[in-house]
Amino acid sequence: MGKYIVRRLLQMIPVVLGSTFLIYAMVFAMPGDPTAGKCGERACPPAYVKEFREKYNLDDPLPVQYGKYMGNVLQGDLGENQYGIPVAEDLRDRFGVTGKLASMALVFQSVVGILAGILAGLRKGGFIDNLVIVSTLFVISIPIFVSGFVLQYFFGLELGWFPVLVGADATFYRLLLPAMVLGSLSLAYIARLMRTNIAENLGSDYVRTAKAKGLSNRRIIGIHTLRNSLIPVITFLGYDFGALLGGSIVTEGIFNILGVGGYVFTSIGNRDGIAVVGAVTVLVLVYLIVNLIVDLLYGVLDPRISHD
Amino acid sequence: MFGRDKHTAEQDDTHRDDTTRDTTGHDDANREEPATVVKGDPIAKPDVPPWERQGEQLLEVRDLFVEFHTSEGLAKAINGVNLTLAEGETLAILGESGSGKSVTAQAVMGILDMPPAKIPSGEIFYRGKDLLTMPEDERRKLRGPEISMVFQDALSSLNPVFPVGWQIAEMFRKHRDMNRSDSYDQAIRLMERVNIPGAKERVKAYPHQFSGGMRQRIMIAMAIALDPKVLIADEPTTALDVTVQAQIMALLKELQEEHDMGLILITHDLGVVADVADRISVMYAGRIVERAYVDDIYAAPAHPYTKGLLESIPRLDQKGQDLSAIGGLPPSLTRIPPGCAFNPRCVMAQDVCREESPPLRDIRPRRQSACHFAEELLDD
Ligand SMILES: Nc1ncnc2c1ncn2[C@@H]1O[C@H](COP(=O)(O)OP(=O)(O)O)[C@@H](O)[C@H]1O
Ligand code: SF4
Ligand SMILES: [Mg+2]
Repeated sequence: MGKYIVRRLLQMIPVVLGSTFLIYAMVFAMPGDPTAGKCGERACPPAYVKEFREKYNLDDPLPVQYGKYMGNVLQGDLGENQYGIPVAEDLRDRFGVTGKLASMALVFQSVVGILAGILAGLRKGGFIDNLVIVSTLFVISIPIFVSGFVLQYFFGLELGWFPVLVGADATFYRLLLPAMVLGSLSLAYIARLMRTNIAENLGSDYVRTAKAKGLSNRRIIGIHTLRNSLIPVITFLGYDFGALLGGSIVTEGIFNILGVGGYVFTSIGNRDGIAVVGAVTVLVLVYLIVNLIVDLLYGVLDPRISHD
Repeated sequence: MFGRDKHTAEQDDTHRDDTTRDTTGHDDANREEPATVVKGDPIAKPDVPPWERQGEQLLEVRDLFVEFHTSEGLAKAINGVNLTLAEGETLAILGESGSGKSVTAQAVMGILDMPPAKIPSGEIFYRGKDLLTMPEDERRKLRGPEISMVFQDALSSLNPVFPVGWQIAEMFRKHRDMNRSDSYDQAIRLMERVNIPGAKERVKAYPHQFSGGMRQRIMIAMAIALDPKVLIADEPTTALDVTVQAQIMALLKELQEEHDMGLILITHDLGVVADVADRISVMYAGRIVERAYVDDIYAAPAHPYTKGLLESIPRLDQKGQDLSAIGGLPPSLTRIPPGCAFNPRCVMAQDVCREESPPLRDIRPRRQSACHFAEELLDD
């Protein structure tokens, strides 16, 4: 296990270096002037351009530039964005909001999705099953930006139950509706996955054994069936959490949430290379670490998976 | 103690006096145990065969019918099966795959999925109590402490995500309210009893970490954990190597004698049961077509189907010979042929076989067959 973790961490190094180098190269080595658009409509004054090129070593060969940048990153210095604010500070705020929103969406989609899946799978073809199948199909087939706007209009404007926009003060209550919108698609997939697993495992040989052991129905379902059915669902949830932490441009846009997705989006639009590279570097790391945790968890849940 | 008057259970329905049917088993509690209790003894061969004896049956299946509602129609999987099992006795149920052996076993265990399965009629008595009319909760509590089952494929029948010791210990925790550490001690004791080397060290290992034979031993340990009176083993060795098969059979026999259990041994391979079983019931298309003592059936089968099964036992001295001595396939259970269900495949079939269903009848002492020409076959 320990060896496995070390190996996985070592494997991350080339992935992080490779992906950040690609992003770096795309942002700074693309044709065009990296300072273009940084000084409003006019071209930047030569003094500014000179300072900028020096600061980011833009006159060095690309690998050297990148090497120097990564050296700074390793010391915790992600550089400053075009407004002179340290990218690290920006990202801390943004990841705080996105992390909160992602966690809320995760809890929402896993609790509701798993419960709906269990109820549907226990009585395949029954009323609840049909309800779950139809409603999840509905959710899956409607794009998030449609359902997001509809729910925002209905619950936010018409009923007034939730604030319409989130804005700078991302409280739990303000994030509630966006979290449900954000989690709705995965919720539908989880419900369906759980339903299939439960129905399939109910017919498995080991559940038959559990019945032959004279166990109560509650134990047959709650322990023997559930444990096995949850394994793929938890894996899905783990990877999904990684994706949620990358932020969502659509949901953040609809509800005016100041999260990671919008940050990357506006930074690309502003040609703010330092901000983009910094954000993506952190995203890659977060995603890799979440994946490692999910893989480890998978090994704990399913003893047949060996991490030796 | 659990005696029933008059008629015997394991008679074919055509022999049954229906008026006695519902009067049985009611005043059991007040009845003295009969003075002469004859227990199933394969060697001594008592004069009265077990299915004609009274008062000591552990298990009696009477006129059991099971059907499945499938997309192709109504599949009549079990069509009037009668069985008895006495303490300490080993009954082999033999038949090709699809003949209804597992369904019978699962009906007795009460683990059939209903739906799709349905039991339109029949009775299953365990020590005089009808399991089919018992409240489900009461019946559930018999599974494990009283009636237990070993399945064919131990790898899929054990839960892959729990340690084997945990799965054995669960019997003690749930049926006996035992605490964790005591129940684990019991699990180790049982694993040692079924000869798993290093039981103490392996009690926390998972099913996939054992060999096929060891896994089946674990299944057996779990099944006998609470000293059941009846053990049903559904093709317990089919998935195993030949050498391991013999060991598992020997273990089952040993445990059965040790605990004086009634053992129902289901198999499609006559060769497997020769040394272990006392009696054999042969099944075809959801019916019992022949019932006899093991030695008798080996000496001379009284049903063409049994004869075919006997001829298909692989022999070391006849390598390469065609194993499937019976031509054709078992009938579709949604369309069982009229008359004798075996007639399309039977070399002895006559016109009468296509019209009249042969009842299971006594043809010799301790011998029953459901063939119109059983006597002719025996006289050959
Ligand atoms: N769950 C089920 N659904 C539909 N039909 C079934 C089911 N289980 C068993 N059957 C039917 O019962 C027949 C007997 O099956 P089984 O008792 O498993 O045979 P075997 O003698 O091989 O153990 C099968 O041929 C099948 O048609
Ligand atoms: S009754 Fe006829 S068809 Fe059936 S087994 Fe006997 S001889 Fe064959
Ligand atoms: Mg079977």
